[in-house]
Amino acid sequence: MAETRVALFVTCLVDLFRPSVGFAALELLERGGATVSVPDGQTCCGQPAYNSGDRETAVALARRMIALFEPFDYVVAPSGSCAAMLRHHYPGLFAGDPAMAERAEAVAAKTWELTAFLVDVLGIAAVDSIVEARATYHDACSGLRELGVRRQPRELLATVAGLELVELAEPESCCGFGGTFCVKYPGISTKMVEDKAADIEATGADLVLAGDLGCLLNIAGHLRRRGARVAVRHVAEVLAGRLDAPPIAAPRGSGR
Amino acid sequence: MNEAKSTIMERLRQALASEDAGEGRRRAVDARLARHEPVLVPARARVEGEARIALFTEMAEAVQTEVQRLDSFAEIATATARYLRRHNLPQKLVAAPDPLLDAAGWEKQPLLRVRRGNANPEDAVGMTLAFAGIAETGTLMLVSAPERPVMLAFLPETCIVVLPLSRLDGCYEESWARLRQQASQPPRAVNFVTGPSRTADIANTLTLGAHGPRRLFVLLVPDPEAQGPEPEGDA
Amino acid sequence: MSGATPVGFRDRAREALADPTLREALLSIRRGWPHARARAIARLPEFDALRDHGRAIKDHVLAHLDLYLERFERAVTASGGSVHWARDAAEARRLVLEICKRAGARTVTKSKSMIAEEIDLNAWLEAHGIVPVETDLGEYIIQLAGQRPSHLVGPAVHMTREEITELFARHHGTPPSERAEELVAEARRVLRQRYLEADVGITGANFLIAESGSVITVTNEGNAELTHGLPRTQIVVASIEKIVPTMEEAFTLLRLLARSATGQEFSTYTTVVTGPRRAEDLDGPEAFHVVLLDNGRSGMIGGTLRSMLRCIRCGACLNHCPVYLAVGGHAYGSVYVGPMGAVLSPVLYGIETARALPEASSFCGRCEEVCPVRIPLPALLRYWREEAWRRQLAPPAARWGMRLWRHLALRPGLYRIASGVVARVLGLLAGRRGALRRLPLAGGWTGSRDLPAPEGATFTSLYRKGVR
Repeated sequence: MAETRVALFVTCLVDLFRPSVGFAALELLERGGATVSVPDGQTCCGQPAYNSGDRETAVALARRMIALFEPFDYVVAPSGSCAAMLRHHYPGLFAGDPAMAERAEAVAAKTWELTAFLVDVLGIAAVDSIVEARATYHDACSGLRELGVRRQPRELLATVAGLELVELAEPESCCGFGGTFCVKYPGISTKMVEDKAADIEATGADLVLAGDLGCLLNIAGHLRRRGARVAVRHVAEVLAGRLDAPPIAAPRGSGR
Repeated sequence: MNEAKSTIMERLRQALASEDAGEGRRRAVDARLARHEPVLVPARARVEGEARIALFTEMAEAVQTEVQRLDSFAEIATATARYLRRHNLPQKLVAAPDPLLDAAGWEKQPLLRVRRGNANPEDAVGMTLAFAGIAETGTLMLVSAPERPVMLAFLPETCIVVLPLSRLDGCYEESWARLRQQASQPPRAVNFVTGPSRTADIANTLTLGAHGPRRLFVLLVPDPEAQGPEPEGDA
Repeated sequence: MSGATPVGFRDRAREALADPTLREALLSIRRGWPHARARAIARLPEFDALRDHGRAIKDHVLAHLDLYLERFERAVTASGGSVHWARDAAEARRLVLEICKRAGARTVTKSKSMIAEEIDLNAWLEAHGIVPVETDLGEYIIQLAGQRPSHLVGPAVHMTREEITELFARHHGTPPSERAEELVAEARRVLRQRYLEADVGITGANFLIAESGSVITVTNEGNAELTHGLPRTQIVVASIEKIVPTMEEAFTLLRLLARSATGQEFSTYTTVVTGPRRAEDLDGPEAFHVVLLDNGRSGMIGGTLRSMLRCIRCGACLNHCPVYLAVGGHAYGSVYVGPMGAVLSPVLYGIETARALPEASSFCGRCEEVCPVRIPLPALLRYWREEAWRRQLAPPAARWGMRLWRHLALRPGLYRIASGVVARVLGLLAGRRGALRRLPLAGGWTGSRDLPAPEGATFTSLYRKGVR
């Protein structure tokens, strides 16, 4: 089989807040047989601008990212939201520019969310990790509704030794992050994350997972504020069995 | 007034000008209006015979309609009298002046007072005849006519609807097709009724009898032609 | 009754979030309709195929709307009715008033109509000495309370039984009824008299049928039928996009409507009326009028917003919207609320006034996921955000922040340095706690959640150092 050249799109939040997720993704992709590069010069996919209505900035950023990623067979991000930006929204940004639109389409067609790529492209059926935990999983909105990521993370989590997965009552309800939404409408966002936190606590899980760092920062930040003792991690960390970093928002040196 | 119409039309035409001005659009509209095939009929509705009757009954009962099947058209009066007794209602009703209902067997229930005509606000029980029943959702199709005034099914607290089995269709489209065969234009009112009147507007509590009937009773009957009031007639 | 505009959204949202009664009511929506819808869809395997047909039917109509409107008018006239055209709300109000005056009307009954709300018809009729009586129970309740509907399908979902008990006792002068059945019976009794007195009945329309000039109304209470069946004059107020070519297409959309709205297989009453009473009929109105309202819709046909005109007003996007379920309908300050309202309100009020509504979305996408005619609601909300950005309506701080961020994001070298500094500083500030409770300029975040601290170095810097 020919070499599968994958560009890892780290995403700006992982780069800044949680490099561990990037390394976990890297490891999972390599374990799956991909040749992984991290193209230099990545910044942000432009989604904050795009969702704020600043289309011009979104276009400028998209142009950069397209040029950066087009030499590869695949672009994989540990984020449904950033992957969906490339896959669903980039082509539409170049409506009046056929040449650029074609390049955007090409990049869009080969862009994947991490767990979907592992299962649906690399054909990974099981991960070789051990994590003792009773975990629950939040379906981040963009990955779920724009990319159909639902089955893949669960299939892989089911193969993590020691991990028991308990479902939320409303796994598909938004956690209230929504990018700039959470600071523009903090009251509404808080209500949403309160509901999410209550749902998480009701499962009795000691670990909550998701595939998007934005949601995880929101959920972890709120759980920490209300003093909940639930650890929060990106699904990639668990799948790779890399729990060396403390959970998100947890004190340094704390376990799991 | 027509200035308003021309302004609106002008705005629409300008906005739509790019999508094939001229005759193509007009032809598309004519073709669409002339076509009466159903768009998509759910598989559930494609049942016949007893299965259709069973589906109608199941769907109607699920929305609090009471359904009773009779062996002959002439049993209607007796079944009605029993129903009224069961619900502690007076033996009195107003029934549609439809001549078909003449064969309901009224003579067998001398204590049942029946007035033929439209419902008044004082009437507690109304009876009418359905143009069709639709098994898909347990729905009745009532078609207005001088002999079937609309208010019979809306003013009284109890509504009884006679549905001849030959008029039981699978889906709404079959009933419309039958109506189209009888009249080029729809009558004043065609009422599709699925259960008694209801509301959940007060504290999300389902309550029956909001404005229309509190009770809906459907009598599934064979056609009077097949089993008329005078069986010794020309058969 | 109106008064409120979308401008005050932020403040009203804050008040709504602090209102325990409202929370209870919204919770009952969240626990009710979405689940009922899911169950109804599970019983109909063809539901998604029907959605595709529904979308195609509406798209076809919208692309030929001028022609279908002409056909509709011709058919109404042929059936003995008349069609009146209104460019805007004021024109529609005048037309309705003229018809009422010609009918010598003193009281009119009304069956739930969002278009009547849109043109603020009740206040106008009252100002001209005509008493409008809402007959949909929810609408009747909010009319007595002097409010606006807070939901497309359940206008009074925000009110508790206790509030309604108090309201009825005050207005009906009767001893307070406690149970829902008693309250319904009381309203039935009061309104029955109103039906019989009314000179004119005004209804909305769920669909207008081009082939026959028919008007379709959908209710569960039977109030539309009494409204158009008892008075001598019937007026239908409807917006131009309600047109559907034939009955077959209307019934395809009807298969979607109730299931999406309340999870019913079919609404209790779906009524098709065509023209005034026929010569020998024993009931029905003598005069039949349809007022067709544009009010900005013709301006939506030519652009991105066209798909919004597919909307069949089922309310599913409200019932599934976390923002609507957090703040309720009144916070929006608009006739139309929830995701569909956030798209329509800028059309009606202008983006300058309604800017807050399209902003108030986390873009979670559930609205689009449940829309029976597949309206891309998030994309339409984004359309309005772009419009607002173009007009520089965002606060200066947001615009300058974006400019700074753009400057960095387009320059990877600079970005790397800046993100490295931020990661390190936040990490240091958090120390061993791993999270920050407070941070200058980040009150929006830290009001209700800690800010998780970065691990300390960025991925890029670590990767460059050879960390794996």
